[in-house]
Amino acid sequence: MYTTKYHKASDAANAASLLGASPEAKILAGGQTLIPTMKQRLAAPTDLIDISGIAELRGVTIEARKKLGVLKAKGGETITIGAATTHYEVANNADLAAACPAITGLAANIGDPAVRHRGTIGGSIANNDPAADYPAALLALGATIHTTSRDISADDFFTGMFSTALNDGEVIKSVSFQAPAAAGYGKFPVPASRYAMVGVFVAKSIDGDVRVSVTGAGDDGVFRHAGLESALTSDWSPASAAGVNVGAEGLLSDIHGNAAYRANLIGVMAKRAVESA
Amino acid sequence: MTKITMTVNGKAASADVSDNTLLVEYIREHLRLTGTHVGCDTSQCGACVVHVNGQAMKSCTMLAAAAEGAEVTTVEGLAASKDDLHPMQLAFKENHGLQCGFCTPGMIMTATDMVKRYQEAGKELTEDAIRHELEGNICRCTGYHNIVKSIQDGASKMTTA
Ligand SMILES: Cc1cc2nc3c(=O)[nH]c(=O)nc-3n(C[C@H](O)[C@H](O)[C@H](O)COP(=O)(O)OP(=O)(O)OC[C@H]3O[C@@H](n4cnc5c(N)ncnc54)[C@H](O)[C@@H]3O)c2cc1C
Ligand code: FES
Ligand code: FES
Repeated sequence: MYTTKYHKASDAANAASLLGASPEAKILAGGQTLIPTMKQRLAAPTDLIDISGIAELRGVTIEARKKLGVLKAKGGETITIGAATTHYEVANNADLAAACPAITGLAANIGDPAVRHRGTIGGSIANNDPAADYPAALLALGATIHTTSRDISADDFFTGMFSTALNDGEVIKSVSFQAPAAAGYGKFPVPASRYAMVGVFVAKSIDGDVRVSVTGAGDDGVFRHAGLESALTSDWSPASAAGVNVGAEGLLSDIHGNAAYRANLIGVMAKRAVESA
Repeated sequence: MTKITMTVNGKAASADVSDNTLLVEYIREHLRLTGTHVGCDTSQCGACVVHVNGQAMKSCTMLAAAAEGAEVTTVEGLAASKDDLHPMQLAFKENHGLQCGFCTPGMIMTATDMVKRYQEAGKELTEDAIRHELEGNICRCTGYHNIVKSIQDGASKMTTA
């Protein structure tokens, strides 16, 4: 590992100012991506700004839905998750499991227990690995990403493989979304790494809007699937998802599987995602 | 350089380390606690697992500076003495849960962490759950079967809740 200077940030504003103070500085959250990358000498930040201990960046809050209009059976609460909240904390939050079991289940299957004890939601989405799980969830849930300078919709945030709309010196503080009426996640992990070979997140809002996102498969990172969205809008059922003809265009071919294989898996994972919803 | 202070196996430990020192380097090279192993450079094998503030973590994927003020337990901290092994260590010994032993410290630290979490949550630690929980620990010798048996046996003798 190259040499670096370690800083412990006291709060989010302090982290942003430390980050802005040097062009090659990086935020260090759980380090479950950044440290291995630094060990391989693929990253060489001059400064590391540790945000893992910052209380205002940790935890889950759930705000009851406003009782306007017809009461729906499920969903509508506003869920906010702090950027430095670990996968373990998300996976084991009982209130969150009641409001949105798809996201707690997703967190419980990221990597392994030691990775979940340290890795954070903010680090996962800032990194935007094309096979990471959280980007799929936030895109399908229509989440908003709150940073130290602005709010960004998930549609605008994920701009391609390993890239996001974050500017230099901008720190993610939290993400928020409305609890869905129904949501599910189907993941086929690569056996060696546990990252998604293909992961499909399906979500139906309390207004009936359906969004479907796919991770692991796109050759430019996470994306929404229009064909699955329209099929599930007219008929929210596993059979409807399975009936969609998923093309291999724009999909990834690599050592683990080719584009046609991934296209097929998208249909299968979408079906399982609806089944689990 | 950063001055770090933490508690390792119940004893205060403190040193000046360069900022890029990994926790595992501090444990092995400064404290000479060589029970914690390094089996990969991709954060995948789990040979380096220790407990930090009561949670299993990969000490190869964490800076020593990030453990400032923490309570760290390594495999050396489990047994009261050489002749009084922790129930999980005894279980690995009795169930042939190791061959070369390289993965064993990480397996045992992962095992004691999972048993504690399941017992505290009042959840049953089934064979399937053990296999899922071992996702981050690689063994090149045993084929895992006896490791799973060891953890089942060790769990039945551990009371943490
Ligand atoms: C063995 C292993 C298996 C894994 N399996 C999976 C898996 O199955 N699915 C999956 O999705 N992931 C997986 N991961 C990755 C894991 O989820 C990481 O925790 C996550 O990708 C990064 O989070 P982190 O908190 O560790 O971030 P770090 O490694 O600390 O940071 C990652 C990047 O994000 C930036 N960053 C972090 N926080 C912020 C913030 N608040 N604002 C701005 N920038 C920030 C950092 O500067 C850095 O560039 C795995 C990792 C390992 C080691
Ligand atoms: S040495 Fe830490 S995971 Fe392999
Ligand atoms: S006993 Fe040899 S690696 Fe597990």
